[in-house]
Amino acid sequence: MIIAQPKPLEETRRMITPYQRVLIVGCGTCMTVCDAGGEHEVSYLRNALQVAQARSGNGTHTFSEYTLKRQCDSEFLNLLADKVGDVDAILSLGCGIGVQAIAEHFPDIPVLPGVNTSFMGMAKEWGVWDERCAACGDCRLEETAGICPITRCTKGILNGPCAGTKNGKCEANKDADCAWVLIYKRLERLGQLDKMRRYYPPRNFRTIPRPKRLVSKVNINTGGDNG
Amino acid sequence: MVNSLFEEKLGSNEFLVTTEIGPPKGVDISEMVHHIDLLKEKVDAINVTDHQSSMMRFPSVGGCFLIKERGGEPILQMTCRDRNRLALQADLLLAYSRGITNVLCLTGDCVDVGDHKEAKPVFDLDSVQLLKMIRTMESGTDVAGNALKGVPKFCLGASVHPEADFIDPQLVKFEKKVTAGAQFFQTQGIFDLVSLRRFMQFASPFNVKILAGIIVLASARMARYMNDNVPGIIVSQAIIDELTNAEKGKGLQKGIEIAARFVKTIKEEKLCHGVHIMAVGSERIVPDILEAAQVSGAHR
Ligand code: SF4
Ligand code: SF4
Repeated sequence: MIIAQPKPLEETRRMITPYQRVLIVGCGTCMTVCDAGGEHEVSYLRNALQVAQARSGNGTHTFSEYTLKRQCDSEFLNLLADKVGDVDAILSLGCGIGVQAIAEHFPDIPVLPGVNTSFMGMAKEWGVWDERCAACGDCRLEETAGICPITRCTKGILNGPCAGTKNGKCEANKDADCAWVLIYKRLERLGQLDKMRRYYPPRNFRTIPRPKRLVSKVNINTGGDNG
Repeated sequence: MVNSLFEEKLGSNEFLVTTEIGPPKGVDISEMVHHIDLLKEKVDAINVTDHQSSMMRFPSVGGCFLIKERGGEPILQMTCRDRNRLALQADLLLAYSRGITNVLCLTGDCVDVGDHKEAKPVFDLDSVQLLKMIRTMESGTDVAGNALKGVPKFCLGASVHPEADFIDPQLVKFEKKVTAGAQFFQTQGIFDLVSLRRFMQFASPFNVKILAGIIVLASARMARYMNDNVPGIIVSQAIIDELTNAEKGKGLQKGIEIAARFVKTIKEEKLCHGVHIMAVGSERIVPDILEAAQVSGAHR
């Protein structure tokens, strides 16, 4: 899942300054789950902006709101068509992809990002998410016992721990487990330590050309053609 | 064929002594030059740190030029933190062209511990890959497989952490570094000879030289600070107690005494092949340690 955080209110206020009628659009999927931009956050942000405007006494904005099931699918974006007729800007609480999807869909309307898109993660406990994948395009999880060294090791190194690890924690952050300690222990448990002894050459960063595009295959297993 | 004076000594049975200097933050190199002159004849080689603890400094390769010019034997510390594979290779070519052929290959500390916390960390390679890349260059091509015009030759070192609280993965990595081409190791600071002995039992079968890292502690406060803040450093309680009980104002003297004792014991008991003294900012006291330990490098 994609994890994001709301932008500071002041930053959002600065962004909307030039626009009078602002439509705040939430996203019902990832942004709802990580409490950054679902229906609740949309109405919370609208209230906060209105209160701040009333306090400062110099605002002229009017707000409307709507939450889509997903912002990253044009199918859902069609639902916005009759909401945007009279707005000056859209403030999207979708992840960066949502913001761009709206911008592509409505080329004549400015779209503003209402959240800071942070990473792809996993829910650890209520309200806590940990980064688990950087979409590096060259997944190592088979070599590393299902623990990602690219995201979980601060240095993203491939041949074992640096000498900075202490008490099983990372030198960069005493609250974070050293990925390579975790990898070692799990490989040991699986009887696969030989995987750690292997030499892994430098990463091939060409696996992540930008921008990426994935074209789904009809059936990978039977080698079907592109759909 | 040996590529450096230091490599020649690695091949002998001499007790090796290296030390290191940290370049200045700025262009005033007078103190560094002073340290080089003070140390160049007392040790077998001098490392120049590479933005140690991720603090921006005068470059390691620049410090090595100075050592070379002044007739000393430099060890270029190279970390993967700030340079991608192009920049690493280019710097190695430069170093070689100026007679700098000893290289200590390190991954490098995180930028988070340094004084430029917002910088983009690179880590295109890790220390094992760096070793291997240099060996590839020596075979005549760059890491991408293109032929080199003029081929360098290096004497390569790496680091290892015998006192890590979870040693097993460190040992795996040590072995990988040996396979990748490391000829000598300068260890992380040693504060307990038991762990060094244990490590040497593991390391002695390998055909590499091990130099035990000796960090000079100037006070109990410094010891505690290092324990809390310096990646990988674990100062034993016994040492902290010894420093705490030192006479007021004699902290550094106690630190010198402790360091000298370690050096002396390591040499007398032949625990490993040499020592690497890290005086972190007090380079001027290195000769005192050597004298107190009755060892000296180059001119014995
Ligand atoms: S190695 Fe890590 S970052 Fe790369 S694809 Fe696998 S999980 Fe994602
Ligand atoms: S301590 Fe572990 S997780 Fe942190 S940078 Fe070193 S190897 Fe990576």
